[in-house]
Amino acid sequence: MKIESERKLLSGDEAIALAARHAGVALGAGYPGTPSTEILEAFAEYGGRGQWSPNEKVALEVAIGAAFGGARALCTMKHVGLNVASDPLFTAAYTGVTGALVVVTADDPGMASSQNEQDNRRYAVAAALPMLEPSSSQEAYDFVFRAIEISERWKIPVLLRVTTRVCHSYTTVVPRNVPVEVRPGDYSKDIKSRVMIPAHARPAHRRLRQKLAEMLAYNESCDLNFIVPGDRSVGVITSGISYMHVREALPTACVLKLGFTHPLPLDRIKAFVDSVDRCLVIEEGDPYLVDAIRAAGLKVEGKPESFRFGELDVPRVRRIINHDLTPEIPKPTGKPPQLCDACQYRVVFESLRRRDCIVAGDIGCYTLGVLQPFEAMDSCVCMGASLGVGLGLRHVLPEAQARRVVSVIGDSTFMHSGINGLVEMVYNPPPTGHVLVILDNATTAMTGHQEHPGTGRTLSHEPTNRVVMEDLARALGIKRVFVIEPRFGTSEFDQLLGECLDRKELSVIIARRPCILIAKQLKQYAAREEAACECDTKPALCQ
Amino acid sequence: MPVEVTNIVVAGIGGQGVLKGTDILAEVALRAGFDVKKSEIKGMSQRGGSVTGEVRFGPEVYSPMVPTGEADFLLVLEPTQVAPNRHLLRPEGVLMTPAEINADELPNKKAINVALLGVLSAHLPMNEQLWLASLREGFDLSFFEANKQAFLLGRNLRAKANP
Repeated sequence: MKIESERKLLSGDEAIALAARHAGVALGAGYPGTPSTEILEAFAEYGGRGQWSPNEKVALEVAIGAAFGGARALCTMKHVGLNVASDPLFTAAYTGVTGALVVVTADDPGMASSQNEQDNRRYAVAAALPMLEPSSSQEAYDFVFRAIEISERWKIPVLLRVTTRVCHSYTTVVPRNVPVEVRPGDYSKDIKSRVMIPAHARPAHRRLRQKLAEMLAYNESCDLNFIVPGDRSVGVITSGISYMHVREALPTACVLKLGFTHPLPLDRIKAFVDSVDRCLVIEEGDPYLVDAIRAAGLKVEGKPESFRFGELDVPRVRRIINHDLTPEIPKPTGKPPQLCDACQYRVVFESLRRRDCIVAGDIGCYTLGVLQPFEAMDSCVCMGASLGVGLGLRHVLPEAQARRVVSVIGDSTFMHSGINGLVEMVYNPPPTGHVLVILDNATTAMTGHQEHPGTGRTLSHEPTNRVVMEDLARALGIKRVFVIEPRFGTSEFDQLLGECLDRKELSVIIARRPCILIAKQLKQYAAREEAACECDTKPALCQ
Repeated sequence: MPVEVTNIVVAGIGGQGVLKGTDILAEVALRAGFDVKKSEIKGMSQRGGSVTGEVRFGPEVYSPMVPTGEADFLLVLEPTQVAPNRHLLRPEGVLMTPAEINADELPNKKAINVALLGVLSAHLPMNEQLWLASLREGFDLSFFEANKQAFLLGRNLRAKANP
C-alpha cells in the first residue's frame, strides 16, 4: 500500500494549533488545563507565539487586546477556566473585535481530570456568542479557519467548543497547503465600541443581537451543518463527538450533523425533523440541543436523564436508540493515581494528618493528599479556593477548631488565583490568624509540567522575569513568611507547622522543592541559561 | 460495527511505554493507507495510575473509542491491568501479556512494549518494513537495534511455536 505523506495523525489539540499557525494567528494565550493544555504547547512548537497567563481571565484579556489591535488571536482553556474568564467574555461579546478572536473551551464530560462536568455550550447562549463544535481533528483544523472567518466577518469572538475525546483522540488530518503569514496589529481608535460605559453598552447590546440574527440567517444554509443521507424511518440530530458514535451505532440512519451550534439553525432542523418518521437528538452532557429544538415546537426524542452523566460512547448511544434502561455495568476502574513515592508533599501531608488539621485544599497533584494513607484534605472547590475557604472556616469555627485550619495550595494555583486570597487574608485576618502552606514544586505538575510566572520561564521554557512568592507575601505585609525544603526523615517541616499553628498570626510557609519528575529538565534549563548568560545576550536576567 | 475495522487496546501503567506503543501502531496503520483513530486515557498516569491506548483502523473509522467487548486484540504490559481491561476484548479476541515473551531474550526489560507489538504484528496486515520504519523514526536512533531485536522476537514467536 502507498504511503500518504500528506495525511497526518494529529490530536484535536494539535490540529487546532496547526490551523491557528496556518491561519496566521499572532498570539495564543491561555492557562493549562486538561484537555486543552496541548493546544498552546503545540502552537509554540509550530512556531507560533504562545504564552501561559497566570489565569484564564488574564489570558482572555490579553487575547482581546490582541484582537482590538487588529490581529488574529487564540485563547485556550478547559471548561472551568471559562468560568474564570467569563467576566471579559460576556463584555467582549458587546465590544466585538477588530481582528479575530477564537476562544477554545475544552469540556471534560465524564471528568477524566476535572472537578465538574459543566456543559459550556450554555456559555454560547448566555454570552450570545457564535459557537462551532468539531467532531474530529480534521474538523478541529478546518473549524479554526471558519471561526476566524466568522469572527472577522461579524467582528465578534467565536467559541470553539471541544471535548476530551476530540482534544485527545488522534485522527487523520490533511492540512491546507498555505503560506504562513502573521498579520501585524494596527491600532484604530474606536471608543464607542471598546469603552463599555452604559451609554456605549446599550447600543452595543443591540448591535450584538443584530449580529446574532445575521449569523442565524447565515447558519440556516451554512455548510458547517450537513445531512448524511440514509434510512428516513429514523433521523438523528447530533453534534461534536456524539456524531461519531451515532454513525457507528446507527450506520444506516439519516443524520443531521450540526457543526455551528449557536445560534441554532432551527428552520433547517425543522425541515429535517419533518423529513423523518422518528427523530432522535443525541448529545453528550446537558440537554442543550433537545431543549432548544423542543422549545421551537418540534417533536423529537431526547435521551433519558441517566445519560446526562459521563461521556457517551457507541454502546451508550445504542442504549439510547433502543430505549434500553437496564442498569449499565460500571467500567472497572484502573489503578488509581497517588502521590509519587518520592514526592516531597508526602512529608507535608503526613504532618497535616498527624496534627489533625482541617485542610482547605486546592487543585493540583497535591489534591491526592485526600487519598489514603493521608486523607489530609477537607475541601477542594476550584482553583485558588483554599485561601478563601480556609479563612471562612477560621472566621466561624470555635477557637479550638479554627486553630487547626490550614490552607494548602500549589505554586501554579497560587499564581492563578491564590494571590487574591492572600490579599483577603491580609485584609480580613481571622482572630486566630491563619496558616497558608504553598507547595512550590516549581512547575504546574498536574497538567504535565507547564511553566508559570513563579518559575521564571516562558511557555517555551525560555528565561523571563520571575514572580517571587515570598517577596510578594512580605510586600503584602505578612511578617511570618518561611521557605523550607520538606525532607523525608526530618521533623523540620512538622515543627515549623506546629509553631505557626500555635500563634494567632498570619503565617505563610513555602514548602519548596522542585518536582522529582522534572529534575532532568531543570538541569537542562539551568545549563542553557548559564550558557546564554555567558553570551551576555540577556544581561538583565543574569543577576 | 463494520467488520473491516480492527480494534486494538494497549494497557499498562505510567512509564511502561503504553502510549509509545500505540503511537507506533497508529503510525504503521496510517502509512499502510488506512483511516486511523487513536485514543489515550492517561488521566493521572504520571502519578502511577493506569494508562490505556486504543487504536482503531480500517477503510473508515468513526468513534475514536473501542466499544466495550469489541477489541480484537488486548496488549497488557502489566499483569495487574488485565482485569480492568478484559471487558474491552470480544469473546474471541486475543489477549497478549508479557508472559508470552521470554524476558531473558529481550535486549532490555523496557523493550517489552515493542516485543508485544511484534507479537501483535504477526496478526495484522501491515508489512515488516512499515513496522521497522516506524520503530526507527519513533525512537532515538540509538534504540533502534534493540527495538528491532525485541520486535522480531515477538513477531517470530508464532513461527517458532508452529514450525
